[in-house]
Amino acid sequence: MKVNRLLKYTAKRIVDLIPTLFLVAVIIFMITRMIPGDPASTMLGPQASVKEINNLREQMGLNEPKLHQFIEYLKDLVHLNVGYSYVYKRPVVDLIMERFPNTIILTLFALVISLVVGVTAGIISAVKKGTWWDYVFTILSLVGVSVPVFWLGIMLVLFFSVELGWFPSTGMGDISLGFSDYFSHLILPGVTLATIPMATFSRITRSSMLEVLEQNYIKTAKAKGLQARWIICKHALKNAMTPILTVLGMQVSSMLGGAVLTETIYSWPGMGRLIVDAINKRDFVVVQGTVLFLALLFVLVNLAIDLLYKVVNPKISLGKVAK
Amino acid sequence: MSDDSNLLSVKDLSIDFLQEKTAVRAVDQVSFDVKKGEVLGIVGESGSGKSVTVTSILKLLPENARYTEGSISFKSEELLSMKEKQLRKLRGNEISMIFQDPMTSLNPVFTVENQLVEAIRLHAKLSRKKARQEAIRLLQIVGIQEPEKRIKLYPHEFSGGMRQRVMIAMAISSSPSLLIADEPTTALDVTVQKQIIDLLKELQQKINTSIIFITHDLEVVADLADRLLIMYGGQIVESGPAKTIFANPLHPYTRLLIEAIPHGNKKSGRLPTIEGNVPSLSEIPQDVCRFKERIPWIPDQAHEINPKLREVEPEHFVRCTCYKHFWMKEAHEKK
Repeated sequence: MKVNRLLKYTAKRIVDLIPTLFLVAVIIFMITRMIPGDPASTMLGPQASVKEINNLREQMGLNEPKLHQFIEYLKDLVHLNVGYSYVYKRPVVDLIMERFPNTIILTLFALVISLVVGVTAGIISAVKKGTWWDYVFTILSLVGVSVPVFWLGIMLVLFFSVELGWFPSTGMGDISLGFSDYFSHLILPGVTLATIPMATFSRITRSSMLEVLEQNYIKTAKAKGLQARWIICKHALKNAMTPILTVLGMQVSSMLGGAVLTETIYSWPGMGRLIVDAINKRDFVVVQGTVLFLALLFVLVNLAIDLLYKVVNPKISLGKVAK
Repeated sequence: MSDDSNLLSVKDLSIDFLQEKTAVRAVDQVSFDVKKGEVLGIVGESGSGKSVTVTSILKLLPENARYTEGSISFKSEELLSMKEKQLRKLRGNEISMIFQDPMTSLNPVFTVENQLVEAIRLHAKLSRKKARQEAIRLLQIVGIQEPEKRIKLYPHEFSGGMRQRVMIAMAISSSPSLLIADEPTTALDVTVQKQIIDLLKELQQKINTSIIFITHDLEVVADLADRLLIMYGGQIVESGPAKTIFANPLHPYTRLLIEAIPHGNKKSGRLPTIEGNVPSLSEIPQDVCRFKERIPWIPDQAHEINPKLREVEPEHFVRCTCYKHFWMKEAHEKK
């Protein structure tokens, strides 16, 4: 019966996606048409004649009335067709499918680093509140959230690639050259991308743990004769999870779509750079497709987090919390 | 002094709390014994130091607490110098504790089964399955209906009284020699209170455990406790066998507490109260009778300087000389 309710809830949330995605489609269509610049003239370059440009515009369907273009776009969307890029001469789906796994790998790697380090540091800070451990981690977290990503990225490259020569400075590894090549390419971008989430996890874990450690059930656990380490890892951490999950959801969403700076510094072929390139080249179709895809991911990540809340805290009843 | 019949022996225990730069004394020179199978009632208002005294036995006090002097020996072993690892073997095993607020004393994110089985397996080498059967048996003992079904529930699906029963089941799971109940009924409504006390009484006779029962309500321990400690301002002001104290209460505080018990048959209207409040720990006068301010109608000469506990009849101790001169003010005289 419980599984049934879970399925029903998930199904309802997925149906709720449709209006959200429609709205995103409308907004992104309007914005791409509003930014100055013309895809046809960008593609053909400054030497192209007016006639050539006009021909290409005609071919791309840009001379049609805007409303007509939008309806055509929606029709395609309903058929799950996100369009064809004139710049890359390839379907947008192919572009996304080619780039998205790279983004996922980078995101997952950065996420693991930031969760493991951040949550551990937060727990230590909370348990050793007021000691130098706590101060060191607090200062590091503060530095972590404040340091600009592009600066950190460049510094890491200067030190670890140029100075020490430990890791390659750009590009993505080739798995056919072995795991170590692949992994060594992942480290610097991963660490760079992980910095801010790491610091955020550490701070939220610290404050959440401090609150939980004051609770009566922690005293009960001590009175039972449990080991301090076990009390912290079982009884306290699970109770402290809810705010950590909230932050997790926000961080994952922003990492998936917003790793533009990191991807640019390390020439990482991910989604962030695909979008920025598409905007620069006025490749409307790609911009629309990728943004819509990211919006879908964003909503799905949030759904996953909402389902996880239920796992962590049995008091939360789905349905009620959703709307 | 520490003969074999004493399970627990607390001697001259003083506990300070460090606050900023000053130390505040919460428990001052408290001594008492608990014999095997005996129920000791500790009675006093909030802030009298009773909770700190018993929490100190398991060394579960907050970090800013300091054991300034004294000793706590359990089965002839000194607890204050004991290593954390050895203490853990006592906690929940030889000495169990039940807390005041059942609503928050169970972990909300684990099922009752998880928490009970954890307690059972911690001190007894049982398989998960055996431990589960044991948990169901314990729930049955503490009077939870349909334990096989209820054991799978989370604490928030239980009422307050039921949660306290679960806490009791957890506390008795290792058949402890000493059960510390820190105001276990205060957060419950009156009918449930009675049920919990009856349950404790029944269990005490069944497994012959010693109980330290803390309450601010003398009536609660009236037919449960063998001996009583009355505490005020971190000190014991009167102690002795419960029967003796109820028959012949001497210290003004005890007498006022007994007076404050409502009687169903007495229709006098106003319920007697003790005027004033327990002074905060930092404001407690050190070398005079600490109860002085609550009984201003008793002349100063009645109190002694540095009041001591004196044995006034066999096993019956009273602090300060003021009890000799104390008279009860009637309710109408106060206004």
